[in-house]
Parts: sequence; structure tokens; C-alpha cells
Amino acid sequence: MNGSLHLWLIPLLPFAGFLINGLLGRRLPKALVSTIALLAPLAAFGLVLNAASSVFAISSPALSLPYIETCPIGWINIGTLHVDFSFVLDQLSLIMLLVITGVGFLIHVYSVGYMKDDKGYARYFAYLNLFLFFMTTLVLAGNALLMFVGWEGVGLASYLLIGFWFSKTTAAEAGKKAFIVNRIGDFGFLIGMFLLLANFGTLTFTEIATKLGQDPGWTGGVVTVIALCLLLGATGKSAQLPLYIWLPDAMEGPTPVSALIHAATMVTAGVYMIARNHVLFDHSPFALSVVAVVGAATALFAATIALVQTDIKRVLAYSTISQLGYMFLGCGVAAYSAAIFHLMTHAFFKALLFLAAGSVIHGMGGEQDMRKMGGLRTKLPVTFWTMTAAVIAIAGIWPFAGFFSKDAILYSAFQQGSLGKVLYFVGLITALLTAFYMFRLWYLTFFGETRSNDAHPVEGHSAGAHIHESPWSMLGPLVILALLSISGGWIGIDRFGSFLSAVTGPTIDPAAAVGGKTLDLALSGIAVAVALLGWYFAHTFYSGKSDRPKELAAAYPGGYKLLANKYYVDEFYGATVVKPLLAFSTYFLSWVVDKAILGGLAWLLGGIAVFSGALLQRWQSGNIRSYAAWLAAGAAALLLFVFIPWASVLANFGIHLTLAGR
Amino acid sequence: MSSMFSQEVPLELYLLLSAALFALGIVGFLIKRNLITVFMSIELMLNAVNLSFVTFAHQWHQVRGQIFVFFVMMVAAAEAAVGLAIIIAVFRARATLAVDRIDLMKL
Repeated sequence: MNGSLHLWLIPLLPFAGFLINGLLGRRLPKALVSTIALLAPLAAFGLVLNAASSVFAISSPALSLPYIETCPIGWINIGTLHVDFSFVLDQLSLIMLLVITGVGFLIHVYSVGYMKDDKGYARYFAYLNLFLFFMTTLVLAGNALLMFVGWEGVGLASYLLIGFWFSKTTAAEAGKKAFIVNRIGDFGFLIGMFLLLANFGTLTFTEIATKLGQDPGWTGGVVTVIALCLLLGATGKSAQLPLYIWLPDAMEGPTPVSALIHAATMVTAGVYMIARNHVLFDHSPFALSVVAVVGAATALFAATIALVQTDIKRVLAYSTISQLGYMFLGCGVAAYSAAIFHLMTHAFFKALLFLAAGSVIHGMGGEQDMRKMGGLRTKLPVTFWTMTAAVIAIAGIWPFAGFFSKDAILYSAFQQGSLGKVLYFVGLITALLTAFYMFRLWYLTFFGETRSNDAHPVEGHSAGAHIHESPWSMLGPLVILALLSISGGWIGIDRFGSFLSAVTGPTIDPAAAVGGKTLDLALSGIAVAVALLGWYFAHTFYSGKSDRPKELAAAYPGGYKLLANKYYVDEFYGATVVKPLLAFSTYFLSWVVDKAILGGLAWLLGGIAVFSGALLQRWQSGNIRSYAAWLAAGAAALLLFVFIPWASVLANFGIHLTLAGR
Repeated sequence: MSSMFSQEVPLELYLLLSAALFALGIVGFLIKRNLITVFMSIELMLNAVNLSFVTFAHQWHQVRGQIFVFFVMMVAAAEAAVGLAIIIAVFRARATLAVDRIDLMKL
């Protein structure tokens, strides 16, 4: 390998796209805007492919990883603290980059069709490129601080894109909600970084790992605290309990954004961060179990909510939260490569699900309520077939991609003692629910009769008459992602794990582990059986005109209401956090501190100025002649002072003036 | 020093005239209400000063005082141009030239 890989260009090309489209986009023709916006991720993808080809090169010498590029000009040099702009390409970041730039490019292509008639076309692509800039920075960062820059940046891009249609109140508020909830997580990340700095004196990932490896005394205690702080950051970005609440609302953004940022890439940053810092977590079994429990709990929790949602994008949002829970579960049982594997396959099928949902919404003229869809199978054939691939993939049915990665996580969980077995069953139940709600979505959207005619007569026409398949700029990415969703899992966890092992440590070899190959096969069989069971339930409930969903809801009104209202978590947070905070801000900060104390001080100072001004004002009569008279009087007084021989006058009165020193 | 009986007009008389003119100017400036008269009073004061300048220049046989006079006249001309323009503008706006009534800037 000779010559540089030019890693720095991978983030900077999208940034250039952002600058051009952001500054000039409104004046450029649409074709040019889309060309620039598409070229940036395509070129970045090319660079990543170039790097990948030199890594996988059969002809020796292949590139040895990790490959590091550091900006010759340092960033922060204070005392013993040295932080550089360093980009690290290793097995982990390579896979992340392939997913981000590859899927990112496909979604850019899709967006050209989806956003065709939007007024903010250039702004949209500028934001999308900005997101890629920060996301690639996050992934390539060689130290926690640079990662944090990318981390905050993707949060910014997410905020901008959720609130893209900012004139809509709900969108603007969803953007704010995402931003504020993420601040809570970022607080954890920051505290974690401070603790890292205080205890290790460095923020570079490799140096932290080395220092941890040299001293076996680093267990529990401060490492647990650091790991839990980082976990708090990860739960914010990756929408886990208890900070998941922003993600469902983030669906207010354009659908390709939901696919790219809120399904395939940004929300997986938390998983990536834990995998990147896995050495810390490995030294703290307690923190690891917390990760696993949080992941499993979130997976189950979000899956139950997804059962009864009627908005197609909300179902997918809760499904994303649930799948991210799987990845956390994988991290928590130290199966980092399995988690990253699921991250990759999830990026394929969840991006596909969102894009297909976007195609459905596009075809329905903006309708998102599944109760008003139905029978779209024949009207949107390409969307239907690609969506089918994604649904089977996420349900975890062999041989689609989701099966391999989900199975790897569940298998690793099963191997981890008694807590692992409990979490395995939680994961299994979640798999059942996942299959159920995904096929529910599938049946409601594509099967039965079109329910849109009686629902929404849009502008005098019946909505059903307008349903049309999307243009090929949208369908092309769907087809490619469908192929990836089908075949993405065939890499297999073994090959994937051994490739990643240099970064994430060795994986469990089923042949050598307890239970051997038979256990692996048995667990796979159970997983597929459970997924098929979920499909069966969905089939009996939703394939025809059945009243069973309604009967079930009527039989358990309490449970149904609990799920339909999302466990009242938003209301709970509203009552326990938001309302007290608002009350504190209004009554104490605003009224007492701002208005009474600060405002009072300002009024006092102003009052003094006004009062003294009113006194002094009386001297200014405004009458020019009085001024002139004073002037003349003053001049006269001066003349008197100069010309009258004061010394002799005073001497007449017996006063003698003498100057000092004389 | 020249005496009252020499051919030259003595210095004191020039200075007395200058002082009288200046005093007239001050009095006019202070007691007159019409802006134009006030303005003319200022010109009077300037010319009184000019007179004393010329007197001393003659007395000491130096040209400096006369040069000062040119400067003063120049400033006076400029002042007259600006001042008259302001007076016209004030009259157009207020329809009066009584200085007591031109007090808009007063709070």
C-alpha cells in the first residue's frame, strides 16, 4: 500500500456540498443542486470503497489496520493534554463508513424524487450533506473529543431536519424535543469524558485501552461510573430507555430523513460509541449488565407500543427503538461484533422500510394512517415487493438478513449466565412481537380493500383514484436495499466477527461453546418458529375482514389504552420533569430572579439616571440669550479677576498673599 | 508714544472705539429678540476685534495682526452664509424669528 487514503476527504466532501448548497443553493438550478448533493456522498463512498479494497486486497501487501491520519496542526495542546484531529480507519469504522456513505448515498438518490416539489429543496440537501459530514467525523474520530464534535453535529443536523417543515408547529416542537432530550444524554457523555481525562489523562481511544490493559487494577469503581456516564450519552442518541421519547416525534421530518438519520445511521451512534469504548465496559461487569438490561427492556417496551400504533411511520419508529434495544443487548453481553452486525443489517432493512413507507405515503398523497390504506399491493407493486423483503428481514425469518444478526445476539445472550437467559427470553418475546407488528403493518397497508375512498375525499376527488407508484429515482434505492436486506446476512456472524475481532475482541465460537453447534441450531430454529408464529397471529388478525383486533381491544380496555397511549410516558415526564421545570422557570427564574431582582436593579439604575437628569435639566433653560448672558458675565468676571490688582486691594484689608517658597 | 496732539490718531482712541463696538455687540446680542439683529450683533463684535487687531498690527509694525483679520473675515463670511441659511430655514419652519420662541430642543 503506497500513498494516502485521504480519509480527511470523506467528511470534507459532504461539507463542501453543504457549503455550496447551503450558501448558493437557492440561486442554482435544481439539477445542479441535486448533482452537487449526490456527488458528495458518492465521492465519499468511492473513497471508502477504495480504502476497503486496499484492506481486502488479495495481492499483498494489504493495508494493515488501524490506519491513522492526523492533521499536522494540533488541536488542543494545554499542559499534558494533547488532542489532535486524528482520523482512524480500522475494521469497525470501515464497516460503519460503508453503511453510512453507501446507504446515505442511496437515500440521497431517493430524496431527489421524494423532495422534488419542495420549496426548500436546496436547504434539504445542504442539511443532508451536513449530516454526512458530522456522521463520518463521528465514526472516523480517533479520540472522544473529536467524536463528541461529530456527536453534537449529527444532533444539530437531526434537529434541523426534524424541524425541516418548521412552519408546522408539531415539526418545530418535535425538533426542539429531540434536541433537548439529547442534551440530557450529552451531559452524560461530557461527564464521562471529564472523568476519562481526570483518570487517564487522555481522550485517545487506543491510549485509554492500553492504559486499561496495562493495569488489571482498573475494575469497577471509577470505570463503572465512566461507563454508565457514556451509557447515558448512548441512551440519548440511540433512543433507549429512559430517553427514547424524542424518536417517535422525530417522524415529523421528511421520510428519507427518518430513514437515514432516525433509523439507519445516527441513532446507531450510541451502539458504535459503546463498541468503540468496549474496553471500558469490559472492565466493568456491572455497567455491561446495565447496558444489557436497558437494551432488552427497551426492545420489549417499544415493541409492545408498536403493536397498536396506527401511523405507519410511528410503527417503524418504535420498531427502530426496539431493534436498537437488541443492539444494546448485544453490546451488554459483550457480543460487540453481533451488535455491529445487527446494526448493519438493520441499516439495510430499516432504511428500506422507511423508504418504502415513504413511497406509500408519497403514493397516497401524504396519508400516514394505516387504517386508511389497504389494498395497495397491486397499485404499488415495486414498493410492495421490496417492503415484503424488509418485513421478512426484520421479522428474522431465514434466510433474510435480520435472521442472522438477531440470532447472533440472542445466541450470545443465552450464553451469558442466568441473567443472559432471562434477557434471551425477553429478546425472544420481542421477536414474536416484532414479527406480529411488522406483518400487521404489511397486511394493513397492502392487503384487503382500499379504505381510503370513504376516508379522505381530497379536494373533491377520492383519494383512491390518485394512488400511483413512485418514480424510479425512488424505486431504484428500494430495489438495491431490498437485495441487501435479503443477502446482507449471508456474510455470517463468524466471518463478520473474526474480521471485527481486532477491534472488538473475540466472539464466541458455537462449536467450542457450551451446547456446541446443536444449541446454536436449536436456538435459530426457535427464533424462526417464533417469528412465524408472529406472522400467523398477524395473518389471523389482519389478513381479512376480521373483528378480532377490536374484540381483543374491547376485552382488555385498560391494556389497550395503556399501549395506545404509549404507557403515558410522555405524560409522566410532562408531569414530573417538564411541568416542575417550567413552573420553576416561570415563577422563580422568570418572576423572582429575572423580573424582580435583575429587572428591579435595572429600574433602580435607570431611575437614578432619570432623577439626576431631571435635576440637572433645570440648568438648561433653552434660552440662547440667557446662555449668552452667562457667557458674558463669566467673561466679565474673568476680566475683573485678571485686571484688578488683587494683592494691593487685599493688602488694604490687611491680608497679604504670599506664594509658597517665596 | 504718540500724544493727543501728534498727527496720528492715538492708539487709545482706536482701542476705545473697538471696546465700544464690542460692548454694543454684546448688548445687542443679549437684549435683541430678532434673530437677524442678534446675528448682526455678532458681526459687530467680530469687527470690533478686527479693529483692535489692525491697530496693534500698525502699532508694532507687524503683518501678523492683519493676517488674523483676513482669517476672521473669512470665518465671518462663512458664518454669515451658514447662519443666514439657518435663519431662513427656521423662519420657514416656525414663521417667527423671535429667539425666545425657538426652543424646540428644550425638553
